[in-house]
Amino acid sequence: MTEMVRLIEPLIPALRRYARALLRDRAAADDLVQDCLERAIGRWHQRRADREPRAWIFAILHNLAMTRLRRISSRPRPVAVEDVGEGDLANPASQEDGLRYRDLVSALSRLPDEQRTVLLLVCVEELSYAEAARVLDVPIGTVMSRLSRARERLHKEISDTPRPESAHPHLRRVK
Amino acid sequence: MTTRPIAEDDLNAYVDEALDAERRAEVVAYLETHPEVAEKVAAHRAERDLLRAAFAPVVEEPLPPQLSLARMIEARRRPAGTPRWAMAAAAVLLLGVGAVGGWSLRGMGVASSGGLQALGREAAASYAVFAPDQARPVEIRAENRAQLVAWTSRRLGRPVAIPDLASSGYRLMGGRVVATEHGPAALFMYDDDKGNRLVMFARPMASGPDMPMAPHVQDGINGYTWADDGLGYSLVGAVAPGMLHPLADEVRRQIRSEA
Repeated sequence: MTEMVRLIEPLIPALRRYARALLRDRAAADDLVQDCLERAIGRWHQRRADREPRAWIFAILHNLAMTRLRRISSRPRPVAVEDVGEGDLANPASQEDGLRYRDLVSALSRLPDEQRTVLLLVCVEELSYAEAARVLDVPIGTVMSRLSRARERLHKEISDTPRPESAHPHLRRVK
Repeated sequence: MTTRPIAEDDLNAYVDEALDAERRAEVVAYLETHPEVAEKVAAHRAERDLLRAAFAPVVEEPLPPQLSLARMIEARRRPAGTPRWAMAAAAVLLLGVGAVGGWSLRGMGVASSGGLQALGREAAASYAVFAPDQARPVEIRAENRAQLVAWTSRRLGRPVAIPDLASSGYRLMGGRVVATEHGPAALFMYDDDKGNRLVMFARPMASGPDMPMAPHVQDGINGYTWADDGLGYSLVGAVAPGMLHPLADEVRRQIRSEA
């Protein structure tokens, strides 16, 4: 079990980030990571020792997150992204960055789960395509095509979002 | 030398810096002669950087205590509560009684996830009955807190703590003992300045491990339910889960720090 602590503990911050990005709620995301770690402890002896533990533990977290999101979406009133405090998403470095991050996170939230997850795993968690394929339990080709669609869609969502700059002219950056 | 045609996969791999040097050079050459593709690839790179930056602060946060891996492993090693042989003896005894008296093991309230679900249902049902009551929502009012603690502790057979939610804007109104399928439960009611009421519900889980917090919803009443050290807890109210969850975390924190 000390080997588990050595291999898994350094991954916990990244697990929190993935959970937070998907659930957009600090406490719910940390509960999910806790659940994930409990399961990982229970299944540690079943894992193949020759494989990187990163894809293995992200797969556990990913599956828990998908179950949780399905349950949330079947509820009468999901929490809108606007209701979520900025602190639940990320810590904006400045007002301008804060606005851009909010636009981005709300654009991300409009993507279907299968696109959102692949973007986060590849772009933010920097998993290889092979690792992402293991986490999502799909062939690498599917990872690639989802990633392509996800990038297109995110770009479109961001480009189509009217920027609130006109309402805050003092925030406009002069180039 | 003929080069393979540039595919969308190559452009993605270029954005993700997953190409070998040779292929990368071919993509760069292609982008130099295709400015509109280059522009899109640049935008995708910028969006990737923005995504990373937006979520980067999360990994810098100190880890909360409940995510301490060493502690979780330690907690697993420690045998929980009742020794196994005593549980086995109780089960044998109950089976014997069951054979004679037609009882069922349901009464054990074993803390499986099914046990948590039952607890959540009981809490929501009690909320539905007592929270709308204007005349007598509680049996013992908050002024007689000591009496309330003594009564509920005696009926539950173990000390019961009443969490303080004043810092979140909820005042204790009072409480009562209520009946469930699994024996007596303690109900504490809180309200805020707008008259919104919350119910904190607790009863023994008879046995079983600690259970992580789980949300539930029943007829528009949201709740968070968990089990710690043999007691099951549920915080329920007709408020959004996003409001309720931090309160449930606070309740759990207070109870754990008193234990």
